[in-house]
Formats: sequence, structure tokens, C-alpha cells
Amino acid sequence: MTASAEYSDYATGAPVVDTKAPQGPINERWDTRRFEAKLVNPANRRKHTVIVVGTGLAGGSAGATLAEQGYHVVQFCYQDSPRRAHSIAAQGGINAAKNYRNDGDSIHRLFYDTVKGGDFRARESNVHRLAQISVEIIDQCVAQGVPFAREYGGLLDTRSFGGVQVSRTFYARGQTGQQLLLGAYQALSRQIAAGTIEMHPRTEMLDLIVVDGRARGIVARDLITGRIDTYFADAVVLASGGYGNVFYLSTNAMNSNATAIWRAHRRGAYFANPCFTQIHPTCIPRTGDHQSKLTLMSESLRNDGRIWVPKAKGDDRPPNQIPEDERDYYLERIYPSFGNLVPRDIASRAAKNVCDEGRGVGPGGQGVYLDFADAIRRMGRAKVEEKYGNLFDMYERITAENPYEVPMRIYPAVHYTMGGLWVDYDLQTTIPGLFAIGEANFSDHGANRLGASALMQGLADGYFVLPSTINDYLARNPHHDEVTAEHPVVQELLAETEDRLHTLLAIDGDRTPDSFHRELGELMWEFCGMARTDAGLRKALERIPQIREEFWRRIKVPGTGEEFNQSLEKANRIVDYLELAELMCLDALHRAESCGGHFREESQTPDGEAARQDDKFSYAAAWEFTGTGEAPTLHKEDLVFEYVHPTQRSYA
Amino acid sequence: MKLTLRVWRQQNAAAEGAMSTYEVDGISSDMSFLEMLDTLNEELILKGEDPVAFDHDCREGICGACSLVINGDAHGPERTTTCQLHMRSFKDGDTIDIEPWRAAAFPVVKDLVVDRSAFDRIIQAGGYVTAPTGAAPEAHATPVPKADADFAFEHAECIGCGACVAACPNGAAMLFTSAKINHLNVLPQGAPERESRVLDMVAQMDEEGFGGCTLTGECATACPKGIPLVSITSMNKEWLRATRKSGRR
Amino acid sequence: MARSVWGSTVGKKTVMAVSGLIMLLYLVAHMIGNLKIYFGAGEFNHYGHWLRTVGEPFMHYEWTLWLIRVVLVVAVVAHAVSAYQLSRRDIKARPSKYVHARPRASYATRTMRWGGIILGLFVVWHLLDLTTGTVHPGGFQEGHPYQNVVDTFSTWYGNVIYIVAMLALGLHIRHGFWSAAQTLGVGSRTRDRALKTIANVLAALLTVGFIAVPVGVMTGVVS
Repeated sequence: MTASAEYSDYATGAPVVDTKAPQGPINERWDTRRFEAKLVNPANRRKHTVIVVGTGLAGGSAGATLAEQGYHVVQFCYQDSPRRAHSIAAQGGINAAKNYRNDGDSIHRLFYDTVKGGDFRARESNVHRLAQISVEIIDQCVAQGVPFAREYGGLLDTRSFGGVQVSRTFYARGQTGQQLLLGAYQALSRQIAAGTIEMHPRTEMLDLIVVDGRARGIVARDLITGRIDTYFADAVVLASGGYGNVFYLSTNAMNSNATAIWRAHRRGAYFANPCFTQIHPTCIPRTGDHQSKLTLMSESLRNDGRIWVPKAKGDDRPPNQIPEDERDYYLERIYPSFGNLVPRDIASRAAKNVCDEGRGVGPGGQGVYLDFADAIRRMGRAKVEEKYGNLFDMYERITAENPYEVPMRIYPAVHYTMGGLWVDYDLQTTIPGLFAIGEANFSDHGANRLGASALMQGLADGYFVLPSTINDYLARNPHHDEVTAEHPVVQELLAETEDRLHTLLAIDGDRTPDSFHRELGELMWEFCGMARTDAGLRKALERIPQIREEFWRRIKVPGTGEEFNQSLEKANRIVDYLELAELMCLDALHRAESCGGHFREESQTPDGEAARQDDKFSYAAAWEFTGTGEAPTLHKEDLVFEYVHPTQRSYA
Repeated sequence: MKLTLRVWRQQNAAAEGAMSTYEVDGISSDMSFLEMLDTLNEELILKGEDPVAFDHDCREGICGACSLVINGDAHGPERTTTCQLHMRSFKDGDTIDIEPWRAAAFPVVKDLVVDRSAFDRIIQAGGYVTAPTGAAPEAHATPVPKADADFAFEHAECIGCGACVAACPNGAAMLFTSAKINHLNVLPQGAPERESRVLDMVAQMDEEGFGGCTLTGECATACPKGIPLVSITSMNKEWLRATRKSGRR
Repeated sequence: MARSVWGSTVGKKTVMAVSGLIMLLYLVAHMIGNLKIYFGAGEFNHYGHWLRTVGEPFMHYEWTLWLIRVVLVVAVVAHAVSAYQLSRRDIKARPSKYVHARPRASYATRTMRWGGIILGLFVVWHLLDLTTGTVHPGGFQEGHPYQNVVDTFSTWYGNVIYIVAMLALGLHIRHGFWSAAQTLGVGSRTRDRALKTIANVLAALLTVGFIAVPVGVMTGVVS
């Protein structure tokens, strides 16, 4: 390991301070904030327009709730229906500190687990609020008719999830995300019918309108007609999800994208901790270059499956013909006490290491075995089928291999991004009037998200936090001057957007949008994926501007801008990935410590575990945009831990 | 594998459409059906032709975006969504016909993309429980018998893809509509709006120009989530009950 | 309420189900009556006469019969008008066909639609033949149904029309009875097999029972 010079190709600006964070005992802060917030007179609410971008758990719940409160909501999604937002694909469940099991759970324990799970890179105040609200979310969803799993007595069932010691995860078979999203979608639908929400499906936000330093609207394109339009409001809420698709292959939906948050970042919103990416260990491996996306399988499989690879490099015998003593159960070997149940980031990294050694299995050597042979011997096939039947079926449908007879093959995949737009306690970004909720913001998960916490955060933000905090902003800024499409700032923005699309269409080069996206994704996966090094990140930082340059020279987008044109949509999203990727690498390079999902090979314990460096990096890195290809400015937000004291994780 | 594709091409809602023939080669049996179409589109772009437009998003079989009629079957020959259909279900040298959902209530937007907003409007007509945020009682205040919760879940699994409409010879949306009504009407939380929900949603379904049900069962056969045909029977029962009750009022 | 029933596709299906069941009930009685032909002209003609005197002395001569006829006409009209309107709506809801057609898709619909039209035409012929005698082969004799029936089934076309119509009737009842049960909401997963069995048995019994008459004439058992 070579010590490298501190990377400094960025400027450091003034620290960023969360001015909204209340003081006092942590369990009273949310009450305090709600009490201090100014309210908007109910009669005046309908005079306020709020734009919400996205209809996932966060956006759907926020839109519905704001409309219920009386605001005029204008909402957007790129899908043909708000019901299809990618929250729908979440499988496992949603955490809540209900303590229905009487197993010692409490708000404080959920708070503690989340701060610790985030490897001490999240704000205590936010996480505590999340834990408090978790309880109300379940009540709300049940009232909406969300069909959670129940026991024979008619009460809600829970299970344990993500390695915590209490059973606090509520679920609806393997489709919890779907059921919660449909609950929010139905609440949204009710408001659309009531005329309080103006819904624009198949409409994609392309830029943010900032006038006099305040977010006043968006530029959006109707994906059917291609018409670019402006929409104005008193506040804008971004609920557009994460940016995992920078990696090309991820478990995100194909069209999930970073354009809304990246455009907001370009207009002045700070982007926090962009390098914090969660890589999930149990995904179905890719089968070839044609692979377009990856599918996750619940990590509960690791409870009974044993992970192994052949001891010898390039051993291509079928798994059943490899004798026991020629197999390496590497997690059990390296982590004898936790074995196959080590946390997500550790399991993922170990799989990468054995594959890098040339011992990976399956096409391209990018996979490891997850073997249920022992479990079947021990518990019997019927029991295994009962516990994991639906997952086995899913695996077989995709791979055409029967996991009861042949070990499954798994490989890690990009799954969730903890980073996002920097927001204060009110979920407001550094642009007044611009709010970010759900995966689009950075606030609650620190450097690593616990299982079943994404749904909790999305709904907490949308149903409860934002609808309370946005009042304060609207109440303090009651009479905006009307902004119209004729405003010079808006005109300029429109022209810039139209120019960008025209340029993409006019280049008429020789490479498809997907080819660039794949190239960028492979680069990011290689150098900014599971394990990052100074040298690798520098290489990526050198390469990304070259790809960007090539993109603007060789991209080929067929058709016109005045029609339904999926290639144009794709190309325009890649424009933003090509800039965001650079910031992710820069952030990863500057954070010369390992924490949570961010593993820097230079910073590990003698056992090869992530070594945090709290003295240097106990802060959230909020980046300010200064220009494409220009060195951004870093604003640090110091993290203070009063209730949960940072410790080093150990799983050996 | 080498395949011949006959794909419905239609520039926009107003244009006439027709089947166009394409050859694709080098298709792996591990590819999903949509990845096969990706391959075709990459070739078309490089040739300077317009790629085939089709709806897709999660590619995990849950968002309900993908919507192709493959050789006359909604979502193709397997009981799954198009995105979860793999090329191993086809043979080298096959000719595959790919068409959009066809129904008056689902007008074609472009090529294989259709407008399914009619489904949203059916939900807007009553496919919800009126439970404004903050007004919820404690979750355990009302126990729900497990059988009812399971029944609700089974119907709530609907992904709103529209395969039922595409497969129905009458372009009916009965299975979709019934799934939501059964999900909510069986739960105590949905009880207060039980009658208005079914009457309003059925009325909106008719309003959208979907056909009537002749119980051919094609919808349930095509449904990737296995919503059973008897779901429609339960809805009819709810509708008759609600009509009787509202007649008395 | 009537308007909301008639204005809805589900309501119109209910009208079809109820009117269909009324007709089905009538057909069962009709078939049983028909079988009396095997017991000779006396008993059959007596039965025909009794139909006109049912309910006396409370009812006047033929009142009951007319009451039944009115109910039947209403049922037929309601059934046919609903079917016509629903079919038009269905065809409109699926204006363009799939290029890659699949024949099995519309089996039930086709048998119901075409079967229904065949049955409608048959009823007209049947009434003109054996009720008014307008198109009856040979001399139609009011009050001598036995002879009239024998006359009709002594012609080849009489047999063909009748037997084809009865086969159509069987198919129609087979899907129609089960379908009506679904429309009226009495179907369920556990009851489905029973309902399908009842539908099949009903369809078979009625078809066989009705066809027994021309078969009897053709084989000379009835003459």
C-alpha cells in the first residue's frame, strides 16, 4: 500500500450549517421544530402552488398529503402512471419501532441501530426523528388498506431483518414496496380526482427555475409530444429517487435517473456524500454483455445458504463435481463468528476479492455459489421450500437453473445511493424553496443503509416531515412576485434546454447512447464500486472527461425532439451521469477513509475491515457546483454525536 | 439464435400502423425478451433508423410498464411479464410477432407503447380509502382476520399492466377493476366506502370505453400475477349488493 | 336503481343472467312436457289442452298461458337487447384485431353470440310452425299438437333445423348458466366445479330431452 498525496483538486469553502436543527433533548427536537415553524392559514393554502417531482413513496405520499392540507400541487413523473415509480420493487419490508413483539425494541433502539448501521455518518437529529415517525407510518398505511402480513389473531406480523436483534420489520410477502407505493398512489389518486393535484405523467423534469435565489419552478418535457414547457410554483419538491443508474447495471429501474437532482445541483443545490453507494451482495449475476439490469434477491437467503468458490483458479467443473475439500467457504473462513451473515458491504467486498483472484464462477467468472445443499440435508427440502420457495422460483425463472439441485450463483450489485442533495432539518436544500425527500436527499442513512429503512425514510419524509416543514417556508415567503415564461431567466433556461436537446440530435455520430452509458458504468464499477483506491479513482477522474468529450462528438440520437423519442430521453440522462460520475469519484477520492459502503483500500484494519477516520472525516461532504469539468467547492457539515458514540465495527 | 421479428410500427397515435420485419442474429437464450429488443434497437440506431418504442422500467416484473403481445399472447408464452420472459422460450429460426396491447381504451402512443391512463382514472373514481395523513388510528386498533388480509393481498398484487384488457376479446377491464375493489372492500378500513367504491369504479370503467365481460377467462389466463377469474364474480356480487343498498336509500 | 342497472355493463349482464334463468326454467318445464309425446296422442294432446286451462277457475281460459307468454317475451326481448347492446360495445372496445390471431380466444363469446342468433331465429320458426301454424308442413290442426309435431319432424328440414338449434341451445346453456352464476355473484372458487357440472348436466339433459322428440318421430316410435 503506497501512501499517496492528499487529493486537492477542489476548493474548500465555508462550512455548511444546518440552521433549522433544533437544540435540546433529542426526543423533543421534532416537537420543538414543529412548534417553532410558522403555519400557513388553511384558507391561504390553495393560493400556494407546490411542484412535486416524482411519485414514489416519498413523492406520492408528499403530493397526497400536501393536497390534503389544501395546497395546490402540480406533480410529475416520467412513467406512464404514478403507480409505476421504482419504490414498487422494494421487497423486504419497512421498519418501525412499534415493539409489538415486546422484544426490547424502542424508538431509541431504532435510532441507535440506524446511526450505527450508517457507520456514524448521519445526523443524529434526523435519524431520531425518523425513528419517532416510523410508528405513525404503520398506522397510516394500515388505515389506507395496505395488506400487511398478519397472524392468525388478526394482528400484524413482523420479522427480523438486516441483522438487527429485534423483530421490527413489517412486510407484505416479498412485495412490501409495491403495497406501500400503491397505498400512496391511491391517496394521490383521491386528490387528483378532487382536483387538488394536477398530475403530469410521462413528463420529465429537465431543469430547475431559480429566480432571485429561490426555486420557482421547473422546465419539463412532455415525453409523448416532446413539448418543453415551464411550470411555476412557490416551492419545488424533488422526490426523484437515487442515482444508482450511473453504474449502468444496477437494481434500479431502467429509466430511474439523476437529471432532476443533478440539474438542481447545477443551479446551486449542494450535493452531499455522492460516493456513498450501497452494493447489495445477493443479486443474480449478469449473463453477458447484453445484460440491461440486475435483479436483487432477498438477503434472507444468507441465513441458510453457504457461500463458496472453488479453491483453485479457473476450476470450471460443475459445482456438484467439486469435492468438499476443494471448496473455499471464504466467509466462514475469514469471519468465523459471523460467517455468511456478515453485513452487506463486507459480504459484497469479499465476493469481489475472490472473483478478482480468478476464482469466480459462471459466465465471465463474476459470481460465487450460494449453496443450499447442506440446508436441504439438515432441514429437508420441504422446509427450505417453505422458507425460500418464492425466491427459488424467481431465480429459476431468470436463470433456468434449479437451485434445489445446483447451487445458486450470486454477485453484488449497486442497489441504493445514500448520498443525494444536501438538505437541512427541514429537508430544504441550499436553494431556498427547493426541497428534496426520499432517496433524492442524503439525510438519514449516513454511509450505509440498513435493510427495510428506505421505505421508512421515503414515507416519513413524504407523509410527515415535509408537509410540516414546508409550511414554514411558505409562511415566511407569502407573496412572491409572479414569475412567467417571459422572465429573462426562464427564457434563457428554456433556450439552454432546447439547445442541449438539439445538439444531441444534431451530432449524428456513430455511437449509441447505451454504448456510452455502459462504458461509463463499467468504469465506475471498476474504480468507484465496492473497493476504491487512490490510483483507481484518479484513473477514473482522468477517463470520465474523455468519455464526456467523446460523447459530445460521437453520440447518435435518431428521430426528432418533437415526438416520443426514448433514445433522446436516454442520451439526455447520460449527459448528467457523465458529470455526476466525476463528482462521485472526486468525493470518493477526497474521503480517504473507509466507512459503510465506501471502502478505501488504503484505510483498513489489519484484518482487512473498513477503518473509519473520525478525526478527519466526521462530516458530511456537501459539494457546490462551479461548472462542468471545473473543480467543485467542498462545504463540510460537521457531525456531532451526543447520543451514540462512534465505535469501530468488528465481525471477525 | 437467429430470429425474424415482425413488429408493429406506428409513428404516433394519429398515424396508420403496420407490421415491419426485422432479422436479429446472435441472440443468446439467456437474454430477456426486452434485451433482445434492446439488441435490435442498437442496430437500428446505428443504421440511422428509428428504434422500436416500447414501455419498460423495472425489468423485475413488478412495475407493470412492459406490455407486448407476443405471438398473440399478452406477455408472451409464459405466465409472467414480458420483462421476465427469456429467449430460451423460443427456438432458433423462429418468427415472432410483436404487437401492442389493443383496445379502444388503450390508444397506441407509438409503436408498442399504449396509453393506459384509463386505469388511473378508474382508481381515481374510488380505488382508495379516504384516510388523510395523520388521521389514522393505532394500527392494532382493528384486527383483520388473516383470511381477509390474505384475500386482500392476493388482489392487491395487481400490477396494472393491462394484460387482462389486451387478452380479452371484448377489451374489458373487469379483472383490473375487480382486483382493486376486492382488495379494499374486504378490509374493515375499506368498509365505509364499500358501496360507493364499486359503483363509481364500475361506472368509470364503462365510461372509459372498455367492453363488457363475457367470462371467457382470457384475462385470468394472461394475468402475470395470477389474479383469478372469480375476482370478477366477487366484484359482481359487490356491485349487486351496492345497487340494492343504494336503491333503498 | 333501474336506470343505474340498465346504464351499466355489469347491470346489463345482470339483466341477461336473470332473463336467461327465467327462460331456462321455462325450457325445463317445456322439455318435460314434450316427453309426454312418448305416451301417445291422447296424453300429449290432453297436456296441450291443460296448458290452456291451468289455474282455473281462478284464471280464465288461457290467462295463465298468456301470462307465461308475456313473461317469456319480456325475458327474450331483455336478453336479446342486452346482448345486442353489450356485443356492440364489446366490438367497439376492441376495434383492431391482432395480426397474430389466436382462435381459442373467442370460443365462448362466439358460441354465445352466434348461438344466440341461431336460437332467436329458431324460436321465430318454431312459433310460426307449431303455435300459429303459418309455416307448418301439411295441414296445421289447432288443438292437435301431437299430429302437428309428427308432421314437422316428418320433413328432413324440420329435423335439421330443430336438431341444430338444440345443439346450439346446449352450448348456450353450458356457458350461459355458469356465466349467469358469475354475474349474479354466486360463483366462488370452491363452488366453481359444482356450477360447471350443473351447467353441463343441464345442457346435456335439455339437449337430449328436446332432441328425443324428433328422434322418436324419425325412428317411428312416435307416429
